[in-house]
Amino acid sequence: MEVTLTHFLILSTLLFSLGIYGIVTRKNAIMVLMGLELILNASNINFIAFSRFGNFGLQGQLFALFVIVLAAAEAAIALAIVLNVYKTFVNVNVDEIDELRD
Amino acid sequence: MPENLTTSLQLIKPEIALSILLVVIVLFDLLFDKRKNLLPFISIVGLLITAYFVAEQFNMNNFAFRYDETSVGLLAVDSFSAFFKMIVILSTIFVILFSVASTEIVNSSDRHGEYYTLIMAMVLGMFLISGASDLILIYVSIELLSLSSYILAGFLKSVERSSEASLKYVIYGSAASGIMLFGISILYGLLGTTNLYEMNALLQNANVGGFTFIFAGIMVLGGIGFKVSIAPFHFWTPDVYEGAPIAITAYLSVASKAAGFALLIRFIKVTFFQSLASDGSWIMLGIIDWQRILIALAILTMTLGNFAALWQDNIKRMLAYSSIAHAGYLLLAVAIFSNDGVIAVLVYFAIYLFMNLGAFFVVMLIANKIGSEEMDDYKGMGSATGFLGVALSIFLLSLAGLPPTAGFIGKLYIFIALINADMIVVAFITLLNTVVAYYYYVRVLKNLYLVRTETSREKIQVSFGNVIIILLLLIPVFVFGVYFTPIVNLAKNSATILGF
Repeated sequence: MEVTLTHFLILSTLLFSLGIYGIVTRKNAIMVLMGLELILNASNINFIAFSRFGNFGLQGQLFALFVIVLAAAEAAIALAIVLNVYKTFVNVNVDEIDELRD
Repeated sequence: MPENLTTSLQLIKPEIALSILLVVIVLFDLLFDKRKNLLPFISIVGLLITAYFVAEQFNMNNFAFRYDETSVGLLAVDSFSAFFKMIVILSTIFVILFSVASTEIVNSSDRHGEYYTLIMAMVLGMFLISGASDLILIYVSIELLSLSSYILAGFLKSVERSSEASLKYVIYGSAASGIMLFGISILYGLLGTTNLYEMNALLQNANVGGFTFIFAGIMVLGGIGFKVSIAPFHFWTPDVYEGAPIAITAYLSVASKAAGFALLIRFIKVTFFQSLASDGSWIMLGIIDWQRILIALAILTMTLGNFAALWQDNIKRMLAYSSIAHAGYLLLAVAIFSNDGVIAVLVYFAIYLFMNLGAFFVVMLIANKIGSEEMDDYKGMGSATGFLGVALSIFLLSLAGLPPTAGFIGKLYIFIALINADMIVVAFITLLNTVVAYYYYVRVLKNLYLVRTETSREKIQVSFGNVIIILLLLIPVFVFGVYFTPIVNLAKNSATILGF
């Protein structure tokens, strides 16, 4: 069986949906961040697959490289913030941190 | 190619100046550990130099970083982006002045180096956003802006509210930009290019459309809408605005919103523009009915913002909802899709800058003294706050849009644009909304002056420097209320976007 663009798109859509599911259902901030990484990597698969199968040149691959770098920066900053939250609240459950309410 | 590069470098002088300033701040912080109090001064001088380079860009019409002579580039340098860069610089200078006066920021003086570095990173991000005409640059510059603002929202590390604000901001924000990135990847797959102008050229001829395209377009709109806090992407705004240090809240509510609107206007106009009608309104490609979507979102945003603000007891939170409502008015002006609409947005931003920053500054000065931003603590403070109370009242009335303040002129131009475009029903709904808005602004005034309390309050002293800053914000609110021709002329000159 030949692997075509459709296969890649199905894979990336699955990853994207899993990421959204993770963000919505998980309580632990670290697990939410893992959901975010899934979304970013789903987009990366899209970029590479479109660039490879669509003969669009290298823009897509370039975009994926940028996304990888930014994902790393984002993870570093998000983890630092989560660490700081852990120091003040002694837990990282997203729905238990709700001092700010109407 | 090499001479191409030198032209491009000359076109991005403001960005180069900013990057140098950023490095200078980092080095100064490392080398002169004891002289951190000079950092705000260095930042302001650097920003003034940047402003000089931005002023050169008015009436310029060019692309930086073209692939070759005939193609379009990554970054558009036009008077539209120059206008927004000026707004960003002006609000940054004010926010730096605020930070010097803010007790909560001054108390964490060992981390001032990071503070000003991150603010400069935000400015650089906003500069690139206001000119970006390629999806790669759009994504990268949005991330540059967001990543710095996540940290600044949680700058007061030991304060619970601040940590919580930055956690919520980073989670919601990354989710929004992740979804936007997925939308961008689908757009890239459908059109095969990441440049907005090339996308437009393809869309003019090819018959691209259907559900996938609309879906991807709405995902990108969601990412941009998150930055400018349009409902239903606004849910982070109240929490982050309440928890973040007040100087940063003021900054997020003016500068990053301005950059977001610059991007929104450029993205929609450049990508989906078909031709210009004789009366100056834009005829858009029929692939996505942006006008209907944006008008619906704008009405939702302003109604939600205004009604939620009615019940707020924290003044920072109330101002957060009020800034959501203002985003609604601005989005409505964008949705008119005409040059009048863009002029209204530009005029509104020039005025909104002064009145919103002013309101936050006075709230910050009062919070410095009484340690609270609750509405109840403002009761009977009229005589104790003296000049501050009067200034706050004027800023709030201007936000509400009462003549002869400048806020009235901003709203007036939006209404004129709406009526010129024959959107009478929408104009009427907006009018009802502004009436609702009076209630919550005037409620603060009522607490200040009409409620009597048993305990007499100690008079709040304001330093001479802070009075000057307030006057710098207060005088434009009055002057632009009666003499608004210069702003309108500047906006008219800046309303043309490169290529159209």
